[in-house]
Amino acid sequence: MSYFIEFRDVSFRYREDQPWVLKDVSFNVQSDEWLAIIGHNGSGKSTIAKLMNGLLLPQKGEILVDGVQVTEDTIWEIRKKVGMVFQNPDNQFVGTTVKDDVAFGMENHGLPRKLMVERIQTSLAAVGMNDYEAHEPHRLSGGQKQRVAIASVLAVAPQLIILDEATAMLDPKGRLEIMETIRNVQEDQDLSLLTITHDLQEVVKADRVIVMNQGSKWLEGTPRDVFSEKDKLRNIGLDTPFVTKLAAELSAAGLPIQREPLNHQELLEDLWTLHSKM
Amino acid sequence: MDITFKDVSYIYQANTPFEHRALSGVSFHIPSGSFVAVIGHTGSGKSTLLQHLNGLLRPTEGKVMIGDYQISAAEKTKDIKSLREKVGVVFQYPEHQLFEETVAKDIGFGPLNFNVEPKEIERRTGQAIKAVGLPEDLLQRSPFDLSGGQMRRVAIAGVLAMNPEVLVLDEPTAGLDPSGQREIMDMFSRQHKNNNLTTVLVTHSMEDALRYADHIIIMKDGEKYMEGAPLEVLVNKEELQRVQLDLPEVIQFLHQAEKQFGKAIPYRKQGIAQLAKELTAVVKGGESHG
Repeated sequence: MSYFIEFRDVSFRYREDQPWVLKDVSFNVQSDEWLAIIGHNGSGKSTIAKLMNGLLLPQKGEILVDGVQVTEDTIWEIRKKVGMVFQNPDNQFVGTTVKDDVAFGMENHGLPRKLMVERIQTSLAAVGMNDYEAHEPHRLSGGQKQRVAIASVLAVAPQLIILDEATAMLDPKGRLEIMETIRNVQEDQDLSLLTITHDLQEVVKADRVIVMNQGSKWLEGTPRDVFSEKDKLRNIGLDTPFVTKLAAELSAAGLPIQREPLNHQELLEDLWTLHSKM
Repeated sequence: MDITFKDVSYIYQANTPFEHRALSGVSFHIPSGSFVAVIGHTGSGKSTLLQHLNGLLRPTEGKVMIGDYQISAAEKTKDIKSLREKVGVVFQYPEHQLFEETVAKDIGFGPLNFNVEPKEIERRTGQAIKAVGLPEDLLQRSPFDLSGGQMRRVAIAGVLAMNPEVLVLDEPTAGLDPSGQREIMDMFSRQHKNNNLTTVLVTHSMEDALRYADHIIIMKDGEKYMEGAPLEVLVNKEELQRVQLDLPEVIQFLHQAEKQFGKAIPYRKQGIAQLAKELTAVVKGGESHG
């Protein structure tokens, strides 16, 4: 089994006189996988993302991206493979037009002009923004801005895209746009996806979830496994989806709910089965 | 304080090529003591509406009345400074506006500007920091050494220290983690009740609107689209979908359950445990008819 990302006993702190932000964290990300990381602010989630593309380097342990260890010498190679989209759409634009902006990342990686022109087209088309090539980025809506940010990342043809709370500042419509866009892109191109999020609706759709708490990996599993541990999650103050809470109360009220539901449909199906047996 | 909008329109950069009508003919009345949620998408006019509440903007047409204050294009509002003392506004990402050397000075900055006595400022600062759930020993620290969530609370404490009668909140929990969001909203709800405030909350969260507000205004393209009690407005699936808003999740689920079981469970803000009991009865009800 080959992993696209491997974290091996990684610890990180910003300064020697400060506490560890990450403590002995180990996990893997497979190719084509969607991994979600959840946890409180300050749990170490975003630090993990920054370690993955060499924005930060660990003091202990090692990180491998596509088999290559992340060091100062390899970060440029690694950044071609790992693209990041951040929370604030206004902080990630440099170009005066959408087209320039998408070109910027490719210029940094020294791609030939012909390929750049081609990739601007294809990556903007992938996020449904090809009609906006000549627009000024700062005049777009929040959701559109984040789609352009994703296009800029796609243009470099990475193998992993990290969304670091990339939908947190958007309204519900913008949030939906982004998640649809990213899912389409992930289906079309062989991409791994890592989302760092507080949005539980988003988490239940991931393949796997890691829960971070105080710098350590606290729980790891499928969304169903993780949300089955609702008491544990509540103990560290993390919220669970509405259906999870409702299913727990239904069990308490005497209904034998068999599986941990991830969405309304699953819970209603199980309730219907119970209903038919009564 | 009562808040009344009478045919309010607001046009940005009127008579230029960039002219943009952000509000058009908006009328509503909010009785003193209400907790109102204003909902709508980016560009629906929410923020423009909000800026009328303490006279940052004056309507291009129509009239805004807040208590005894009148704001209109025609005349200068008398005593606008004292209006701003009574209407506290928590803007989006208010922590970006912190600037003082210490948390105490930042919280006291507003009252100081309104010539509140130093002793009284000290008293209010102590009260405000407690209200937002921060320890008093933070008062002498620099606000810039705090975490993002703590900075947000300091900024909110600064607004509370003005002892406002009207609290205007523009997405006050954006960017916080879920437990932080809940804590901040519960805090505003307590302030609202304990101090008899009139609260206007601009939000994207249908859940928060349902949980905290007693009156809902939905904006669309600068116009008032819907208005009413939460349990009237927030159950109306078709109308909400037309402005691309979703039902609150609990109401969505109850609609689906009704479709599945052919039996409605009316929502009256009952808790999840109570809902589970009612739903269990529906599920078990199978014996009687089938």
